[in-house]
Amino acid sequence: MPEFISRELSGWGRFPVQNCQVTRPEKRRELWDAATSHAVVDVISRGLGRSYGDAAINQGSGVILGEKLDRFLDFDSQTGVLHAEGGASFADIIETFVPCGYFLNVAPGTKYVTLGGAIACNVHGKNHHQVGAISHFIEEIELLIANGKTLVCSRDENAEVFWATLGGMGLTGVIVSAKMRLMPIESAWVETKYTRTSNLAETLAAFEKGAESEYIVAWIDCLSVGTDLGRSVVIGGEHASGERALQEIKGDVMALEVPKKKGVPLDLPDFVLNPWTVKKFNDYYYSNHPTECKLTSFETFFYQLDKVENWNKIYGKRGFVQYQCVVPINNVEATLTCLLEAIAASGQAAFLAVLKRMGAADKTPLGFAMDGYSLALDIPMTAGTLDFTQKLNEITVAAGGRVYLAKDAATSPAHFRQMYPRVGELEAVKRHLDPDDRFASSLSRRLKIGEAF
Amino acid sequence: MSHKTFGPGARVLIVGATSGIAVELAREFARHGFNLILAARDSDELQRIAADARIRGANVETREFHALDYDSHAQFWRDCGDVDGVIVCFGILPDEQKARGDWSKCGPMLEVNFNANVSLLNLVADTFEQRERGFIGVLSSVAGDRGRRTNYLYCSTKAGLSTYTEGLRSRLFPVGVSVTTIKPGPVDTGMTFGMDKLPLLASPAKVASDIYRGLRRGADVVYTPAPWRIIMGIIKIIPGFLFKRLSI
Repeated sequence: MPEFISRELSGWGRFPVQNCQVTRPEKRRELWDAATSHAVVDVISRGLGRSYGDAAINQGSGVILGEKLDRFLDFDSQTGVLHAEGGASFADIIETFVPCGYFLNVAPGTKYVTLGGAIACNVHGKNHHQVGAISHFIEEIELLIANGKTLVCSRDENAEVFWATLGGMGLTGVIVSAKMRLMPIESAWVETKYTRTSNLAETLAAFEKGAESEYIVAWIDCLSVGTDLGRSVVIGGEHASGERALQEIKGDVMALEVPKKKGVPLDLPDFVLNPWTVKKFNDYYYSNHPTECKLTSFETFFYQLDKVENWNKIYGKRGFVQYQCVVPINNVEATLTCLLEAIAASGQAAFLAVLKRMGAADKTPLGFAMDGYSLALDIPMTAGTLDFTQKLNEITVAAGGRVYLAKDAATSPAHFRQMYPRVGELEAVKRHLDPDDRFASSLSRRLKIGEAF
Repeated sequence: MSHKTFGPGARVLIVGATSGIAVELAREFARHGFNLILAARDSDELQRIAADARIRGANVETREFHALDYDSHAQFWRDCGDVDGVIVCFGILPDEQKARGDWSKCGPMLEVNFNANVSLLNLVADTFEQRERGFIGVLSSVAGDRGRRTNYLYCSTKAGLSTYTEGLRSRLFPVGVSVTTIKPGPVDTGMTFGMDKLPLLASPAKVASDIYRGLRRGADVVYTPAPWRIIMGIIKIIPGFLFKRLSI
């Protein structure tokens, strides 16, 4: 019998915090027992807890921690396809496979995510404009469904379940294992180019000009207004060839840089991050950023924030919301101006705001991406935060955009339906596989997924 | 010596290979280029752990091992062939409160944690003594250093095992075979999941890396994480009349 233990859980944003019944299987059999146990009404899988809001918590009910079922099962060096269990972390995949010449095709902003979590959130990286989301690199998913059986799904087999599971927020079942294609690389280094822009028009022009870059992303200053609105540091990157890396790197060009781990030892008091300090930080970051080309390590280019363990503690005990939306390319400058003005006017201190170019949508019913731009920013939790995100949602919805469910903690069911018109396809799969809603989360209840609306 | 006892290419047998610590041990040895024989009862689970270790660089064989089927141990050990090192890491920790009044829970723990370990290690010791080569690691616990009021049943099995390995170490010392008693504190595995407020709870990966380094240098006793050596050093000298009054 699996043991469910009462524990306070939250997402990475530490809001909301809810009491859940958790269990942590170490063997397949224990996973089966947990998924079908009558000790809890319903269950949701949780990987490394990097979704920000309520996607991987389940108030008063079951949460299955998948982190121990993390084995690599097979690797085909002909095709670069790795078969691994759902709990395998991207950090482990990188440490194991980069020295052999492979990297992730899609690298989300943290490597502390599991394969199962990455699939359930259909994660994207700084190369979405070129290669799309992780859905393009998943070949097969082994899914444990509500009746206790496993279903193997792929583009050819149980295709509708396959697409619904990609980005399905864990609501179709437990991702027991999956096959993911890795990318051959010649070095563990990225040729990085920085461009400083002084307003939004320049920023967008820099993105369109840099569209042939493999990776492109911008740090955007959300506190600047007027003629400075939208000033950014646009960062482009290409995988460095072995030859190029050898020119600068002495020794093994496949060796991963091992950064010294820093941590945030305690929750910072709320007053540390206030509009003034954040403004100073942003000014400093903007004016001190390099503007030349240089080689940067994977660690620095892809995983800047991973260098600080528990960085979420800088927002203190109150937690924070990460607001990430994508807005369509039509009228994008007007929409982003509207969002940025609302953010600047709100006085809600926000730094680490990130702008990304997104490519076309994929076949997943709950896919986040659309041809356009994605804006992501942290908002420390205060009394006005939820009203404020509601206001941002109104702008996003009016523009035909949507928020990213992996970050979301507060979107209303009505907005959700407008943002995700294809949710019915997921609900149809769920009615078929899981008519009694065995797989549910605080997010699915908040958004009323599966309920007639 | 025709081949190295401890190093890449050496053949290491891990018994109880599906336990939380053993899974990480297999990974640690795989990364260092060892060849592994992984043995456990649950052969289905074992196949996945073996696949994982193979991808991380080891040649891996798997064998079924049934701790309580003592008669099978000799055949099991013969089938393993020429082995350079053996790490024994099977043990169980039932609910102590229930085990006190229920022999069906207490008895198997005593057998698995002590008798079965001894049965297998006796065979390994004879082989290694004869050919004067090899290393042995035995997973005991800090719990074996003192009989605590809350879990003395478990403590006593580990105390027995620690004492057994101490004697074995002395017996095999003259022939150059090292015997390492491994004493982890609480480790974050299924065995401890859900227990409240465990002091210095260590990750199995950290413990595995400590064990690897301890075995490499042929240590007598490995405390992991290291502060447990000091903590248990202090706890061991608390006199009995005082110890019985303490709720540690």
